Amino acid sequence: MVWFKRKNQGIFTDSKDKKDFPKGLWFKCPKCKTLIPKEEHNANLGVCRNCDYHSRISSKKYFSLLFDNGEYIVINEKLTSKDPLKFSDTKSYTERIKMAKGETKLNEAICTAHGKINNMKIAIASMNFEFIGGSISSAVGEKIYRIIQFCIRKKIPLMIISKSGGARMMESAFSLMQLAKTSAQLSLLSEQKIPYISLLTDPTFGGATASFSMLGDINIAEPDALIGFAGPRVIKETIGKDLPEGFQKSEFLLEKGFLDFVVHRKNLKNKISNFIKLVYYSKKEFKGRK
Amino acid sequence: MEYLDFEHPIKELKEQLDKTVSIGKETNTDVSELTKELNSKIHSLKKKLYSNLTPWQIVQLSRHPERPYTLDYINALCDDNFIEIHGDRNFKDDKAMVGGWCSIDNQTYMIIGQQKGKNTKTRKYRNFGMANPEGYRKALRLMKMAEKFNHPIITLIDTPGAYPGIEAESRGQGEAIARNIYEMINLSVPVISFIIGEGASGGALGIGVADKVFMLENTWYSVISPESCSSILWRNWDNKEKAAESLKLTPKNMLKNKLIDGIIKEPLGGAHQKPEVVFKNVKDCLNINVKKLHSLSSKKRIMERIEKFSKMGVFQD
Repeated sequence: MVWFKRKNQGIFTDSKDKKDFPKGLWFKCPKCKTLIPKEEHNANLGVCRNCDYHSRISSKKYFSLLFDNGEYIVINEKLTSKDPLKFSDTKSYTERIKMAKGETKLNEAICTAHGKINNMKIAIASMNFEFIGGSISSAVGEKIYRIIQFCIRKKIPLMIISKSGGARMMESAFSLMQLAKTSAQLSLLSEQKIPYISLLTDPTFGGATASFSMLGDINIAEPDALIGFAGPRVIKETIGKDLPEGFQKSEFLLEKGFLDFVVHRKNLKNKISNFIKLVYYSKKEFKGRK
Repeated sequence: MEYLDFEHPIKELKEQLDKTVSIGKETNTDVSELTKELNSKIHSLKKKLYSNLTPWQIVQLSRHPERPYTLDYINALCDDNFIEIHGDRNFKDDKAMVGGWCSIDNQTYMIIGQQKGKNTKTRKYRNFGMANPEGYRKALRLMKMAEKFNHPIITLIDTPGAYPGIEAESRGQGEAIARNIYEMINLSVPVISFIIGEGASGGALGIGVADKVFMLENTWYSVISPESCSSILWRNWDNKEKAAESLKLTPKNMLKNKLIDGIIKEPLGGAHQKPEVVFKNVKDCLNINVKKLHSLSSKKRIMERIEKFSKMGVFQD
């Protein structure tokens, strides 16, 4: 016995008559599902006006957000990956690189630039998640290596904005060794007493977490970003249990003592500039210090 | 003796040989001709089989349950004076990472490595050689102690990876490995690493940033295990053999790509066939290299270490 019955059979709306939002004009927040005009969302730095959800934004956007007047100089822009192992899975790695370049109009999973932040010099390396998952290739390692060398030469602070799935499988051990290569340079930077700020954004995993992302003088993160060593799927498969809510989120890492603070995107620039001003650019030196 | 799937032809011949011998004994007949023939057959088959191992077969051999593990090396190499050191002084003692003081041919060392178990009970006790953050922090504490007393460090690498668990993440698995890599680069004492089994990703590199890195003949070193690689790129485990091939994880490939410093010979069929041969080869390699490294100043050693890792990578400018 059914309670309700369809009276007229076969009511269909022709697909051409279906009312749909035109694509690209609206942003639907994945967290609170609010619809926001894209333009407004972009003007709000990619942060949901309703729930403060931070969408992933590009390196370019970080650069224009952080550098004064959106002015900066990009370095080593052409540096890009090769295919040293002739790797091929369902697609060849060479083809993947080509595709990634075509889709993103970028040459690598990281962009490096220098400029000024509230009138103080700084170099920033920002990862591109849309380029093969922001994975760490030899080229990514080399670009980090070079920007650190630049910072040492010019004696200016470094900031790395991480957004990475980890090592790039298609470069196997070459990729793995970038962990040592980048960490080695960071130790040289530290020897020169030049500050390094690591900003972890959604998502930061694997090889990134196991090297430069966790080695900042301060490690900071955007709210609600997923950060960890092993991916949630791998952990779930290993332990055969569901993961607790909020696991591997920025706030979780802050609570566990692995982050110094969580920062809203709108406050990012001032927090960074305040930090480098206090520790590095302040002129008055403590009298007891040599 | 346990046989791997590709070793079954050898197993069959061995069984035939055993049968022949026992029949000969029972019936009092002379089977020496036959056993001689079988023995030479086994030998040539082994030679054929083991000299052309595929990358996947090497991975299988590296995980052979009878392969010597870190503590076997420590017991065999050191002058019977190993003092095991425990704990990271923060959380607990990680049983998947062992280490301590010993001397080898009268040279004092700090020796550290991942430890696997030999049966179900000890495998669980050792967490299958997968260290937690406290394991890496314990290793770092031991390395810093070695630096303090100015003695060289040996690390023995044999891990399917750093442990992926809720607790491991809560205690900062990534940070622990990052810290180790960062600190190892600047250790003032010589560091020599041997991959004695599996060298999986950050879990391996976490104790593997060394002046000299050697791989045993039937071991692998890669950014990911072939199974996980297959499951990510092909979305199933059936392509593990192809993944093993693609990842170029064998010692020969690693040496060719200048990512390691040398390969240590194993007896035909793997280290477990004649462990004493492998122990001797490792010891010889160690003695030669520690002497060379000792002749450099610590500053020069660190510089060379940094340079060595900085050169790794292929890119286009």
